[in-house]
Amino acid sequence: MLKKIIIKFLFSFVLITKVQSAESGGMPQLNPEFWISQIVWLVITFGALYIILSKIILPKISDNLESRRSQILENIEIAEKQREESEDKIKEFDKIILNSKLEAKNLFNEARQKVLDDIDKKRSELEKNLEEEIEIAEKEIQNLNKSSAENIKKIATETSSGLIKQLIGEEINKENISSIVNDLTNNSKENRKNV
Amino acid sequence: MAANPMNQFNVYRIGPEIKLGNVDISFTNASLFMVISTIAILIVLNLGAKKKSLIPDKLQLLAELSYSFVSKMISDTAGTKAKPYFSFIFSLFMFVLFCNMFGMIPYSFTVTSHIIVTFVLAAFIFIGVTIIGFIKHGLGYLKLFVPSGVPMVLLPLIVVIEIISYLSRPISLSVRLFANMMAGHTMMKVFGGFVVSLGIVGGWLPLSFSVALTGLEILVAFLQAYVFAILTCIYLNDALNLHH
Repeated sequence: MLKKIIIKFLFSFVLITKVQSAESGGMPQLNPEFWISQIVWLVITFGALYIILSKIILPKISDNLESRRSQILENIEIAEKQREESEDKIKEFDKIILNSKLEAKNLFNEARQKVLDDIDKKRSELEKNLEEEIEIAEKEIQNLNKSSAENIKKIATETSSGLIKQLIGEEINKENISSIVNDLTNNSKENRKNV
Repeated sequence: MAANPMNQFNVYRIGPEIKLGNVDISFTNASLFMVISTIAILIVLNLGAKKKSLIPDKLQLLAELSYSFVSKMISDTAGTKAKPYFSFIFSLFMFVLFCNMFGMIPYSFTVTSHIIVTFVLAAFIFIGVTIIGFIKHGLGYLKLFVPSGVPMVLLPLIVVIEIISYLSRPISLSVRLFANMMAGHTMMKVFGGFVVSLGIVGGWLPLSFSVALTGLEILVAFLQAYVFAILTCIYLNDALNLHH
């Protein structure tokens, strides 16, 4: 099938070329009949094209391109300027931010210092107060200790004299009793110590 | 069926015969497509140049891209001295490009597939460049034919070769464009003929070739316009900045 087609194809090629070579009378290009006409019309059309293009159309296109180029350059310049400005502004802002950060840090430190100082002050005050109060309390305790011993002795002497009076029914010299009480308390103290 | 692939290049009169003295300058299909190309270029570029928005729309972009494309091509090959010739090279590039592209429309006519058209353009460029060279450098322009650093023994030979190569510039420039256009369109016509003659069974292969060739030819149409313009720039560069 394919072979047949190819054979037919080649055959028809031979056929056609034979027919053509029989028909053709050479190249029409070499027939000078319309040469002059072609030259004349070429000069007319090409001349018109050249004149109209060079005088009217090309300057317009050139102007368009030029104005666009200058416009673009201008825009680029403006953009560049604005970029620089914005960069400056960014730097400024950075500076401001940095400054405010430093300030904030300082403020914070100051406040902390103040608080710490306050705390220290209050603590020391408190400690002082406490110490004073402790001292007072200690003194009181000491006083109490001292006076309580005396009082106890007194009470002991009185009660013992009262007891003796009730038991025996006669007065005994108080001084004697108190000396005995003193001895007893001393003894009991020693006993407690020993224990 | 127009079996002859060369029939598409036939030039025929449209409308009455116009005679200037003894010379026939009738309006032909070739003239028609020159006019169509010119008008198309002017319409597209004029619409593109009209709007002056900062962000271009499609047509404006097209006009500005082609402007900067040609402008870059000239400054790359011929330097800043070639700026006064920008309009000419731009017109040349657009004219050749549009003629080539209009030729890609089926049943249309390709102006640049005729040697006389391309030769007139090339000859004009050649003469113009030579005049510019002599104006800029006087007789010093002849140094173009004497490359520096060549041994004295070889000099006569080299000069002859240089002169021949210089004189063949218009021929090579014109034949390159003409032959490319003619060959491409002939090939497309041949393959189109195959599609018809092989019918529904065998026609698919040449049809696919035709599709591929159409793409290729559009590329060639652009490329040849570019080559034509850039060679013009190179010749102009020789005339403006004498390197030898």
